[in-house]
Amino acid sequence: MKDTVSEINPRKDWMGLMAKAPQGRVAALLDAEISRPAFTWLRAPELGSTMVRAGATGAAFNLGEMTITRCALTLDTGEVGHSYIQGRQKADAEAAALVDALMQTEMASRLRETVLKPLQAEMVTAKAARAAKAAATKVDFFTMTRGED
Amino acid sequence: MQANTLSGGFTKPAAQSAHAFRRVLEAMARPGTIQDIEGAAPPAPMSPAMGAVLLTLCDTETPVYLAGDMDCEAVRTWLAFHTGAPFVGPAHCMFAVGSWDALAPLAVYPIGTSEYPDRSATLIVERSELSVKGATLTGPGIKGQTTLSVPDVDAFQTNRKLFPLGLDFILTSGARLAALPRSTKVS
Repeated sequence: MKDTVSEINPRKDWMGLMAKAPQGRVAALLDAEISRPAFTWLRAPELGSTMVRAGATGAAFNLGEMTITRCALTLDTGEVGHSYIQGRQKADAEAAALVDALMQTEMASRLRETVLKPLQAEMVTAKAARAAKAAATKVDFFTMTRGED
Repeated sequence: MQANTLSGGFTKPAAQSAHAFRRVLEAMARPGTIQDIEGAAPPAPMSPAMGAVLLTLCDTETPVYLAGDMDCEAVRTWLAFHTGAPFVGPAHCMFAVGSWDALAPLAVYPIGTSEYPDRSATLIVERSELSVKGATLTGPGIKGQTTLSVPDVDAFQTNRKLFPLGLDFILTSGARLAALPRSTKVS
C-alpha cells in the first residue's frame, strides 16, 4: 500500500474534495445547478469507520479511526459514481456519488466550474480564516528567554 | 468500469445476508438437505446461490481462490466491489469456488492444523444440478441416513479420513445449496 501519492489524478482530487466538504454543501451546490438525474443504487449509503494513517518525515502511523459514509450508484447512461465521505451523512454521500458519476459525462466542465471550484474556494477561505484566527493568539516569548544580565 | 458487472449485490444487506447465513448454517448442520438461497445476482458463470454464499461469508480477511471458468474479469470485479476479498492461489485460500473438475486436485487446499482445525478451506462447488438421489450420507446432523447427489464418493471418503482436519464443501446449483461438512461419511 502506498502512503504518498505523487501522480496527478483528477478523480482522486474531486473525491478527496467532496470527502472533506462541510455537511450539505455538495448537495446544495449540485441542486442549485442541475436537477438530479435518475440513478440506481449499486450499494445504498452505509456507515462505517476507517483507520486514518498519518505521516510526514517519519514512518506512517495510525492516527485514529473516523466515521465514514459510503455509497455507489449508476446513472441510467451507465456511468458509475462512488463516494466515501466523512461523518454520518447519507444524503451527502448520495450527492457526492452523483457528482462523481456526472464528472464522467459531458457535464464535467460545467460541474467543475459550478460545484468543485466554489467548494474548493470555500474550503481554502475557511482554512485561511481559521489559520488567521489562530495566528492572532500567537505569543512571542523571546524577551522572557533572553536571559541577559 | 461497467455498471452491469457491479450490480446484483444484496439490496437489503442486513436482512438478506442474515437470511442467507441461516440457510448456509442449516445446510451445514443438516448435511444432505437442500436449501433455497436468494438475493444475489452475480455475473455468469457464477450461480445466484454461490453469489449469495460469497456475499454472506467473504470480506477483506478471507482469501478466495477462483478456479477454472470462475476466474474471469466480471467475477473478479464483482467480488472485489461487493466483498473486498483478496484473490489467492489454492494453497492459501479460505474459500475456493468453481466446478468440481476445476477445483481438483483436493490435496493442495489447506486442511487446518491439529491446534487449529478451523484454518482449513471451504470449497464451494458449482453443480449443474442437485438432487436428493445419489450417495448415502451418515454422520452428525443426519437422522439415520440420507442421500445426496455428490460429485465423487472417493474424494469425500479420503477427506473424511483426515478428520478432525479436512475440507468442508458447499454444493450450489442455481438458487439452491447443500453442504457436506468434513464430519459426514459418504458411501
